[in-house]
Amino acid sequence: MDKNTIIRFEHVTKQYDDDPPVLDDVSFEIERGKFYTLLGPSGCGKTTILRLIAGFTEPTEGNIYFNGKVINNVPPNQRQVNTVFQDYALFPHLNVFENVAFGLRIKKMKESEIEVKVKEALRFVNLEGYENREINEMSGGQRQRVAIARAIVNEPEVLLLDEPLSALDLKLRTEMQYELRELQRRLGITFIFVTHDQEEALAMSDEIFVLNKGKIQQSGTPTDIYDEPINRFVAEFIGESNIVPGKMIKDFLVEFAGKQFECVDQGFHPNEPVEIVIRPEDLEITKRDHGKLQVRVDSLLFRGVHYEICCYDQDGNEWLVHSTKKVGVGDEIGLHFDPEAIHVMRLGETEEEFEKRLGAYHEVNHEK
Amino acid sequence: MKSNTRNLYLIPYVLWILLFVVAPILLILYYSFFDIEGQFTLGNYKKFFTPVYLRMTLSSFWYAFLITAFSLIIAYPTAYLLTKTKHKQLWLLLIILPTWINLLLKAYAFLGIFGTFGFANSFLELIGIGRKQLLFTDFSFVFVSVYIFIPFMVLPIYNALEKLNPSLVDAARDLGASWWTTFRRVVFPLTLDGVKSGCQAVFIPALSLFMITRLIAGNRVITLGTAIEQHFLVTQDWGMGSTIAVFLIIAMAIIMVATGNRK
Ligand SMILES: Nc1ncnc2c1ncn2[C@@H]1O[C@H](COP(=O)(O)OP(=O)(O)OP(=O)(O)O)[C@@H](O)[C@H]1O
Ligand SMILES: [Mg+2]
Repeated sequence: MDKNTIIRFEHVTKQYDDDPPVLDDVSFEIERGKFYTLLGPSGCGKTTILRLIAGFTEPTEGNIYFNGKVINNVPPNQRQVNTVFQDYALFPHLNVFENVAFGLRIKKMKESEIEVKVKEALRFVNLEGYENREINEMSGGQRQRVAIARAIVNEPEVLLLDEPLSALDLKLRTEMQYELRELQRRLGITFIFVTHDQEEALAMSDEIFVLNKGKIQQSGTPTDIYDEPINRFVAEFIGESNIVPGKMIKDFLVEFAGKQFECVDQGFHPNEPVEIVIRPEDLEITKRDHGKLQVRVDSLLFRGVHYEICCYDQDGNEWLVHSTKKVGVGDEIGLHFDPEAIHVMRLGETEEEFEKRLGAYHEVNHEK
Repeated sequence: MKSNTRNLYLIPYVLWILLFVVAPILLILYYSFFDIEGQFTLGNYKKFFTPVYLRMTLSSFWYAFLITAFSLIIAYPTAYLLTKTKHKQLWLLLIILPTWINLLLKAYAFLGIFGTFGFANSFLELIGIGRKQLLFTDFSFVFVSVYIFIPFMVLPIYNALEKLNPSLVDAARDLGASWWTTFRRVVFPLTLDGVKSGCQAVFIPALSLFMITRLIAGNRVITLGTAIEQHFLVTQDWGMGSTIAVFLIIAMAIIMVATGNRK
């Protein structure tokens, strides 16, 4: 096993009673010092994964390794992991200082040392001078930072963050995203961050795990996942996308919307049915006859930065376009896109098969 | 106009308080200044500070303390287990149920159980300890009182535990606390209000218990409650009885304030 691996899930299944499993045969590795994000819709098992890592619950099957040792039955107070809870879980009977000092007091650290460490942790999260405040006197954003300070002061090897930003307004949220990312870089420890907000995930992570129904759908860097979604679920969950049925005629040639297009995908069987993904921002509006596709504008929505334009081609496929150009409803327009903008998805392909195909494709490209 | 009509609604309430709360207290206060012949005197108060009554006060407090302490020791874990069970409402009902039965009935039931040929003695004999004098002992008095008061201790603690956010327990564990430390530093402080309410609900009535002292403890235990009863019903010394009652009320007020929730 890689020395850099700090946490490893090996075929982990978690099941409550006779319900369908909450996590179904999940395996992954977490490397030291990176920012990971677990991304997925509500109820997909994100919190469950964190609870398994923190030790609040045990896997029904499979093993969890920490620094190479199985930790399935190690109680949470003996794990080198700290958590920032979804609801912060700050102790309401203790003030800010005592909340942050909680873990240090349990370690029986000297009072003078506690003082120094707590002050330092609070400075880290920009909360100097708030030591004597009561928790109910703090704002949502401040509470969250206390929760982070309380966790990092213990110098854990891994910090787990369960949707810590979900209660904040958009502006504070964006600010905190920067602060958290910055914090992770400064501390150099592993962050495992849970969110169901795809933009947040794309902006912050070194690596994203996309989860659905207790399974990891895809893992990879934000660009990998955005540009090469493995299936319909990932494509739809990460950003907006146009997904239409198509057919892979041969390598580098795909057919959809009744036409054939040059593309950069390969490794499919001839005439294999596939799904095509094109991101709305990769579609460019042109004059009707200049476009690769001819569509009719159905509706137009102003989104601030761009217009969200909804069009239909003659086959009835819906095409979503993001453009700064304004068009009229009912206009016949053309859509242009580069071969690179077309992403072809094989139906029902697993992550492993996908990686393999992608690997083969990269090798071919390098040989060229 | 509006506030006037609102005040009208208050009249029955105020009347009630005046008639049944304020008036009796004033009456007690009034009676406490008269001796058995109906002469005004401060003698009752002097008498209260004699060793006989002070010892009685002390023993009242001691037994009330014992009853409260044992109730707490039993009720806290019970309430905790209750919050973890599947059929909470059912278990809660079973705990509340005995409070619907008349106190005297329960006391008589224990007379049967603890009697020389009662169930408890048969059991002791069976396990080889042999028959014991159970009735009319300190033990039986505290035991029966604890049994009677436990629901009043369980309920407020149960409510406090239910209100406790479970992720606080997770957080404490996450920060390295063992079960015991988690209990001591997080769970107990955060349910302290419930514990205080429970202690109030047990300690204050326990101070003035009198029926059980006679039935179960056979008048071996003399509390302030018993003394008041004796003065009013037996010696007819209403003045002294009222004086004791005044001290009891003062004691209760002090306890209420001391254990009250500062907020
Ligand atoms: N103690 C439990 N008993 C039974 N089922 C549970 C328990 N805890 C969680 N679940 C179920 O497990 C599934 C996953 O829960 P989990 O909390 O991991 O979701 P999540 O991805 O964190 O969702 P969210 O984004 O809403 O927080 C849910 O369907 C939930 O109902
Ligand atoms: Mg969750």
